[in-house]
Formats: sequence, C-alpha cells, structure tokens
Amino acid sequence: MEEVKLQKPPKKYMNPYLAGVLLGIVILLSFYFTREGLGASGAFKRGVAKVEQIVIPSHVESEKSAFKHYVKDGKDPLKNRLVYMIVGVFIGGFLSGAINRRLKLKLEHSPKISSRKRAIAAVIGGALFGIGSAFGRGCTSGAGLDALSVLATSGFVVVGMIFGTGYVIAWFFRKLWI
Amino acid sequence: MGPLFTASDEWSFVIALVIGIAFGYLLESAGFSSSRKLAGVFYGYDFVVLQVFFSAAITAAVGLLFFEYFGWIDLSAIWVNRFYTGSAILGGAIMGFGFVIGGFCPGTSACASAIGKIDAMLFLGGFIIGVVIFDAFYPFYEKFYKSGNQGPIKIYESLGMNREVFLLLFVVFAIFAFVATAYIQQRVSQKSKKY
Repeated sequence: MEEVKLQKPPKKYMNPYLAGVLLGIVILLSFYFTREGLGASGAFKRGVAKVEQIVIPSHVESEKSAFKHYVKDGKDPLKNRLVYMIVGVFIGGFLSGAINRRLKLKLEHSPKISSRKRAIAAVIGGALFGIGSAFGRGCTSGAGLDALSVLATSGFVVVGMIFGTGYVIAWFFRKLWI
Repeated sequence: MGPLFTASDEWSFVIALVIGIAFGYLLESAGFSSSRKLAGVFYGYDFVVLQVFFSAAITAAVGLLFFEYFGWIDLSAIWVNRFYTGSAILGGAIMGFGFVIGGFCPGTSACASAIGKIDAMLFLGGFIIGVVIFDAFYPFYEKFYKSGNQGPIKIYESLGMNREVFLLLFVVFAIFAFVATAYIQQRVSQKSKKY
C-alpha cells in the first residue's frame, strides 16, 4: 500500500492566476497587519550580518560595513520580521512539496547541459543576485512585487530593469535553458 | 484601522511567519520551485512568472485602494520603498543577469531548496557570497549607493498622473500581457517540444 502511494506522480501545479490572486491577498494582509509587505533577501543579509557580528565584529560595526545599521548598539540582526518570514517560506514551500508529492533531492537542469554546468551557473547567478539585490535595496519580492503593490516608483524601475535586462541577455545564455 | 501593528512589534514576527508560510506555499504550488519553469518567461515557453507576479501585484494594489476607501487602512502609514535612482537601476540590471544565469531569485530559491532542489541550494550559497562581496567592498560605492534619493515617491507622482487612472492603466496593461503571453506560449510550445 505504502509503495503504491509513493509511486504516484506529482500533482499538477496550481492555476497561475489563482496563485497570483491568493498571493496578492497575502500581500494585502501583510500590509494590513504589519505595515510592510513581503521580503526574501533581507533575511539573508541579516544572516550574513549576524555571522559577521560574531566573527568580525570590528568590521561590521565600523563605518566600512553596509550592514552597520543592522548591528548598531549591539542589536541582534536576526530580531526582525523578515527573518521569521523566510523561515515561513521554507516551511510553506516544504508543506506544498509534501502535499503535492514534489519532495525530491534533485539538481534540475536542461538535458542539453551537464549537472556541473548548471551547478556553476546557479552559484554565479546567485552571487550576482546577491550583489544586485544589495544595490536594489531588495529583491524580486521586497523591491519588486511589494513595491509594485504600493505603486512605488522604485518597484516599477527595479522590475523593469530585472525583466528588461533578462530579455536583452536571454539570447546569450539560451544554451543554459533551451 | 490598519496597519494594526508596526513592523518591529513582536506580534509582527508571528504574523510574518504565517505570511511567510502562505508565501512559500503559494510559490511552490504555482511551480516557482523549478528553475526551468521560471526561466521559461525569458524564452517564451512558460510565462507562469509573469502571470503570478502581475496578478498578485494588481490584486494587492487594487485591494489596498479599496481598503482605503472603506477606511480600513491608512495608506500614508504603510511602508513605501525609497527610490535611489542609480542604485535601483544598477541593482535591477545585475539581478536580471542573476535571474537568467541562476534561474532563481532569493524567495523562489528558498522554497525550491525546501523541496530538495540542489540547484536552488547552490543559488542560495552563491547569493550569500554575493552579499558578503557587496559588504566587503562597500566603501567603494557607498556614495553611489546613497545618491539620487527621491524618497518614497509613487509611480503616478513620477509620471504626473492621477492615482486611480494609473492603477486602471496598470490593470489593463496586465490583462493585455496575460492575453499576449498566452498566445506566445501556445506558439512556442507548438514549435518546440515542451521541456
């Protein structure tokens, strides 16, 4: 019985418009309750600041650090709502994966490239995203989606630049995907 | 009247955790845990990113407006992102490279890592390296990073438009994009075998 259960294929993805409307309601509730919306990159920046606070406090507390305001007056950088939110994202993602039978350890890549190539591209892409979201004061969630919801100019510029740049350069990196 | 709590209120931590669970659940359910599905938006074979992203944005934007009309929320009290012209443009462009090369963004890589995607875990590792690099060389671009501060300016103010008119155009644009991308996706899928 158990085996039959395991062999069932993953369930289909949710209708994108339904998912979008539900996500919009989640953003709305976030603003209603906490004054702020979504965010993903902030938690990782705070995580880095926390490690720096322990390992190289002289750097992160100095004027030279971009994260000095996270640790000002001995503050704990992890005591922030965005940190709780990203923990929630991991839990929520895992729950959906479990319910929809998509939990699987796997390095996903186009059949035309090797796992190794995909792994290298993922690390480089991640590093670029880390630098970009620092300059952009947030990523696709906080500086993008969230800012679009409140009609902030910054959101339209950041989203326009992410997707605009993406379309301009997509051709050069097509071998990674198609 | 909302917002009910400030972001540093301890209740906000609990609420943020619940919001995060809903956020992660919806991202995964919509297929944002797959880099190949996400990258489809750049190659025309899958526009799920655009569909979810814009339907969420217009739902929240229109919802906030109605909440204000009903007197449920004080829009002047909610957080609006500050616009630093140069830094926002450069940051967005670098993120564009990161998205096409890496196939994820931070939020989607977190939810994909949670279901066991190794490429997402590597992306997150790279992301942390990027953040450390930014911090390490911060004095070199601190001036640029802080320049061109236009404050919490709204798009309709930047364009000199009425708020409701702008929002209507935004919704119309989004619906047009949904129809156009559905057509493109169909054409591309016919030409090439779906991945």
